[in-house]
Amino acid sequence: MREVLRIEDLTVYYYTLRGVVRAVERVYLEAGRGELVAIVGESGCGKSTLGYSILKLVPPPGRILSGRVEVDSVDILELEGDKLRHARGELVSMIFQDPFTTLDPVRRVEEQIAEVLLEHGISKEEAIDRVYDLLRSVGLSERLARMYPHQLSGGQRQRVSIAAAIALEPRVLVADEPTTALDVVVQKQIMDLLDSIRREKGMAVILITHDIVLAAERADKIAIMYAGKIVEEGPIDEVLKEPRHPYTKALLASVIDIESREWPQAITGQPPDLRKPPPGCRFAPRCRYVFDKCRREEPELVEVDHGRRIACWLEERRL
Amino acid sequence: MGLLRYIALRASLIIPSVLILYTIAFIVLRVLPGNPVLAVLGTKNIPEEQLQAIMEELGLNKPLYVQYFEYLWNVLQGDFGTSLIIRGRSISADLADRLPATVELAVAGMFVSLLLGITTGLVAGLKKDTKIDISLRVYGAITYTIFIPWFGLILQLLFALWLGLLPVSGRIDPGTALEEVTGFYLLDSLITRNKEAFIDALSHLVLPALTLGIVLSGPYTRLLRNNLVVALESNYVMAYRARGVRNYRITWHAFRNAIIPVVTYAGLQFALLLGGAVLTETTFDWPGIGTYLVEKIQYRDYPAIQAVVVVFAFAVGVVSLIVDIIYALIDPRVRY
Repeated sequence: MREVLRIEDLTVYYYTLRGVVRAVERVYLEAGRGELVAIVGESGCGKSTLGYSILKLVPPPGRILSGRVEVDSVDILELEGDKLRHARGELVSMIFQDPFTTLDPVRRVEEQIAEVLLEHGISKEEAIDRVYDLLRSVGLSERLARMYPHQLSGGQRQRVSIAAAIALEPRVLVADEPTTALDVVVQKQIMDLLDSIRREKGMAVILITHDIVLAAERADKIAIMYAGKIVEEGPIDEVLKEPRHPYTKALLASVIDIESREWPQAITGQPPDLRKPPPGCRFAPRCRYVFDKCRREEPELVEVDHGRRIACWLEERRL
Repeated sequence: MGLLRYIALRASLIIPSVLILYTIAFIVLRVLPGNPVLAVLGTKNIPEEQLQAIMEELGLNKPLYVQYFEYLWNVLQGDFGTSLIIRGRSISADLADRLPATVELAVAGMFVSLLLGITTGLVAGLKKDTKIDISLRVYGAITYTIFIPWFGLILQLLFALWLGLLPVSGRIDPGTALEEVTGFYLLDSLITRNKEAFIDALSHLVLPALTLGIVLSGPYTRLLRNNLVVALESNYVMAYRARGVRNYRITWHAFRNAIIPVVTYAGLQFALLLGGAVLTETTFDWPGIGTYLVEKIQYRDYPAIQAVVVVFAFAVGVVSLIVDIIYALIDPRVRY
């Protein structure tokens, strides 16, 4: 499958007053047409920063130190000014966690959706038609066009955000915890919508979530992130069937499994302070299988099987 | 239909607030030492009999509740009574004479304060945490604490005495001919196409309006700056960026969100503006309600003071009603 998104060697730090936060370090990731890639990790592991980087939208004091983010062979990180602006919306777009704050409270739904079209050179007449098409395509009634965000439910707002984000049919849609603020039933509806959009338009979706169950249900591919680094990555079925990184195993064990009637296992300890991550493997202090080398040297993400990559010294021992 | 009902409801709330202020003014005036007759005579050496006779004639010997309701009844009929000091002088006529001057100054002051406050707030918000931002925040804090008469004197000294650019005080040069139509000098000179009078009136207005405007602009600076910073860091601004909306448009959207609380605050400011107008008017010898009020307080001219309080209370009520309507129009979240 030809990749529409290819992230190479991406490193993003935040230069805060209290030190340098190494939020994303040497991340590689690919996504194909219509593929849903889930990035899963705890809060503060750098997954949202990774998402923002795909749009070159890291808020200050964050800085992208190195790397490439290619969408359809265009390196987003090299773009500036108006070219970057056009890439956002046309090549890659984003939806956010909190649908209650991501829409402008003083503007009508139709204004906010139409603006995306108008700002990217579409004529007013066409934009008006397209707004209604877009509303229908995200399952909303045209009646909502004249409404203000506060008149909509959370699910409706997230649909409006999706409509605005996909208005120009970007190749990649970054979805940062798109359903976390919604209740379970609405969550399913929104995920179904994202599924149908990506299948229909061939749009790659990068789903950023802390919810490994959600990822398991929806993703084609999963990347597990810990303390700014991807520790395991691969096709969803394989990773779930045979998790190989100790952190992935711990994450899966922390989930409530109703059928097995076993208590979920919490992961002991805290994630490291990203201002001064531990030497060696960043997961070593919490790892059950830790040995000497883990505390000395940092494992690289290496391909162990076709499409499967793991950053763990245990892999060396297997050989 | 909802908006009209809302306006009617809000308008009806003006009545109790005017009533409460009238009552407080009435009580305070009677409780305070001194009385109009002695204040005018400037002496206490007056035969008790004669004093009582004058009091009787002025109606000041009537029971307080009778005075209270009599005056209220007259006000409801649009009659503010006559002065106790200048016998037979109609207070309504006084007010009609003085009110345009105060309104002219208040509007000019409001205009200057909004212009300064919004400009500085906008620049500070856009240049967050730079030297410009910090300077403008200091400007906001300092101007807020300035005492109007002191500041007015400094401006008089600088622009009138030293530089000689503007007149020291007054509303218009006594030698300038101006036909009064509305009582608003700027307007009148425009209507009568009197260029000379317009420039004269404007030059008199500049210093008091600047004094009032600068002192009242500080809170706008801070409020707009802080709201704009919050708006620019909000999620919807992030979402606009993610969809490739141009920067100037994003700034405009953030501004529209940030200005809403400023409008509300402008309504509250109006009460301060009238209070500030009293100080500004006395500093600049501006023949408005403020100087009138100070004059009348000195002589304990009860009906005149009560009239000013009622007019001020009413004006504040009307302006806050207007602000509420504007607020409802610019913020779709307001329910009415």
